[in-house]
Amino acid sequence: MKHTLSVTVENEPGVLSRVAGLFSGRGFNIESLNVGPTLEPGVSRMTITTEGDEQIIEQIVKQLRKLVTVIKVRDLTELKAVSREMVLVKVNAEEGKRAEILRITDIFRCKVVDVSLDEMTIECTGDAGKLEAIIDLLTRFGIKELARTGATALKRAKQ
Amino acid sequence: MQLTGAQVLLKCLEKEAVKTVFGFPGGAVIDIYDELPNFSIEHILVRHEQGAIHAADGYARATGEVGVCLVTSGPGATNAVTGIATAYMDSIPVVIFTGQVPTPLIGNDAFQEVDIVGITRPCTKHNYLVKDVRDLARVVKQAFYLARSGRPGPVLVDLPKDVLQATCTFEYPRNVRMRSYNPNMRPHAGQTRKVARLLQEAERPLIYSGGGVLSARAHRELTWLARRLSIPVTSTLMGLGAFPGDDELWLGMLGMHGTYAANMAVNNCDLLLAIGARFDDRVTGKVNTFAPKATIVHVDIDPTSIQKNVAVHVPLVADCKSALSALKEELEPGLDVPAWQEKHETWVKQVRSWAEEHPLTYAPSENGRIKPQFVVEKIYEITKGEAIIATEVGQNQMWAAQFYRFRTPNSFLSSGGLGTMGYGFPAAMGAQKAFPEKLVINIAGDGSIQMCIQEMATVVCNNLPVKIVILNNGYLGMVRQWQELFYKKNYCQTCMDAQPDFVRLAEAYGAEGYRITETKDVEPVLREAFASDKPAIVDVRVEKEENVYPMVPAGASLTEMLLV
Ligand SMILES: Cc1ncc(C[n+]2csc(CCOP(=O)(O)OP(=O)(O)O)c2C)c(N)n1
Ligand SMILES: [Mg+2]
Repeated sequence: MKHTLSVTVENEPGVLSRVAGLFSGRGFNIESLNVGPTLEPGVSRMTITTEGDEQIIEQIVKQLRKLVTVIKVRDLTELKAVSREMVLVKVNAEEGKRAEILRITDIFRCKVVDVSLDEMTIECTGDAGKLEAIIDLLTRFGIKELARTGATALKRAKQ
Repeated sequence: MQLTGAQVLLKCLEKEAVKTVFGFPGGAVIDIYDELPNFSIEHILVRHEQGAIHAADGYARATGEVGVCLVTSGPGATNAVTGIATAYMDSIPVVIFTGQVPTPLIGNDAFQEVDIVGITRPCTKHNYLVKDVRDLARVVKQAFYLARSGRPGPVLVDLPKDVLQATCTFEYPRNVRMRSYNPNMRPHAGQTRKVARLLQEAERPLIYSGGGVLSARAHRELTWLARRLSIPVTSTLMGLGAFPGDDELWLGMLGMHGTYAANMAVNNCDLLLAIGARFDDRVTGKVNTFAPKATIVHVDIDPTSIQKNVAVHVPLVADCKSALSALKEELEPGLDVPAWQEKHETWVKQVRSWAEEHPLTYAPSENGRIKPQFVVEKIYEITKGEAIIATEVGQNQMWAAQFYRFRTPNSFLSSGGLGTMGYGFPAAMGAQKAFPEKLVINIAGDGSIQMCIQEMATVVCNNLPVKIVILNNGYLGMVRQWQELFYKKNYCQTCMDAQPDFVRLAEAYGAEGYRITETKDVEPVLREAFASDKPAIVDVRVEKEENVYPMVPAGASLTEMLLV
């Protein structure tokens, strides 16, 4: 099963390779990994999506906690969390196709961030399912290039 | 007052009460060596950096304190890597200082530059590159704290030359505060009560103890629990010495070369109390047939060890000393020792009868050649079990573990997790430095001893009278044993009969050399060598194709033992 881990770390040189090295050295797989600063100075958040059975995920979480530069590890999979990814899609958009592309963009509440005579770049944010759907729909126009972030996620506020 | 980085470092070592550093100089660390005579720290100059790190490790294992090693950048640092990995696998507290090229040159493929922090990331508990002299004291403080606290391990500090030359004011931090590192030492009260209850309910309990008991110095608590509750004890290779090897309840080591009694007890117990051990594959054999009838309790300071290889029923995350003390508190009030004895009487009898059925033994010699096991037995007799024994790796290591009955903690130094040939002799040297008055013996193989033999010069010139007893079978014996048993006796590249004359080699270094070729000479010659105040090599020509038994073939169940 796929898991999303939210990991706060000391923002020190080498911290990324400690985490990445842990995954490669122990044969765990990383599906995506996202890093960025948090509000707290010196602390970064990594959002890691990974795949494995319960025992493997338990090991991953514990091994991450064991790293001296890791402050906190949370498995967001079981918790209520919001998770978002972003994709940039550069798609063929010759005369006659644009209207339909724009309609799709509208329905998915995406943004057109760049246009030229025969192509458009569309920015779409959402969970993995939504991105899959729009990529699917755009495929038939001919996708020229695509850049996708991994997931970034936060636990929902308590109700 | 302004101090240079080199001075700050040495001051920090004094603050940490470091007495001895094992090291080897080079361009990147000359500044430290330049200051060394002005400080109270003794430096042992080795002949190879692997010797330095193993010596620091042996010092740490024998004393329970942090061992310290200092090497230069590049090849100095890489030469130490095997020893760092050795210490990491066995959770030994050592701090390694490596020189590094000046910070402006880092990343330029400068002369003698390697990314040692990158190289050692997976085999240290933590490591640091110090980029600013003002961080140095804090980093050193943290390094020692990390090395010895929680699950101990090696910590490396990389020191660029310009940082060693830069100046700052010195202040040694009083305490360490790290928001990302807080090892959990105290056991959970509810879990502790649960374990106590399980102990009360069990009919056939067994203690399986490991190196964690020794690193937490919990041997007394362990012995209390076993003796008061009358529970038989087995241990891993790393745990030898935590429970007296001459006690009635002692079953010997378990696992691949464990005793029949220990492995049968694991197979039949209804409660397995794992304390500071990590269910290594050499211990469990085939995991899904390991301790099939038992409820498993696992006490360990490292949560990652729990549920890693074997599913356990009751985890107890704590250091072994706190956990065992908490159990004692739970059980001691109104403890009825005779009642416990009675409750476990049948089980203890059963276990003893397994031990009598198939004790650790060996076939008498048929051709008059010396049996290696006999040599270890004699070493035990002569030293009354009071020596510090460091082993190499292979058959020599297993025979030492089986036939020397370790009675005291920190008296058995052996590379368990990594299985590093060449470990034993320098480790013995480190232990001898810590305990000049004690008899320190390296039980060696003819192959392994050649891997760090250069330290003969170090022991001679530092008056460290380590005794090397080579169980010389002319083979890489353990590999040959596998070839014999599992590869149709294809002894490819394991016959090492081209060897130096070890007696003359010892003499060439200025040590004593002895050779024993007949069984009757074993005892008197060992006595003579041990009585001398000089380092010595005793070359014992033993049976060439002797095997270590019992043996559980790799991947088989513990009950599938090949016996003598
Ligand atoms: C550095 C290193 N290289 C290779 C091995 C693999 N190995 C394990 S035991 C062994 C044989 C050791 O021979 P010797 O020291 O003569 O000991 P014996 O088994 O004969 O007692 C070897 C080669 C190892 N453990 N360590
Ligand atoms: Mg040999």
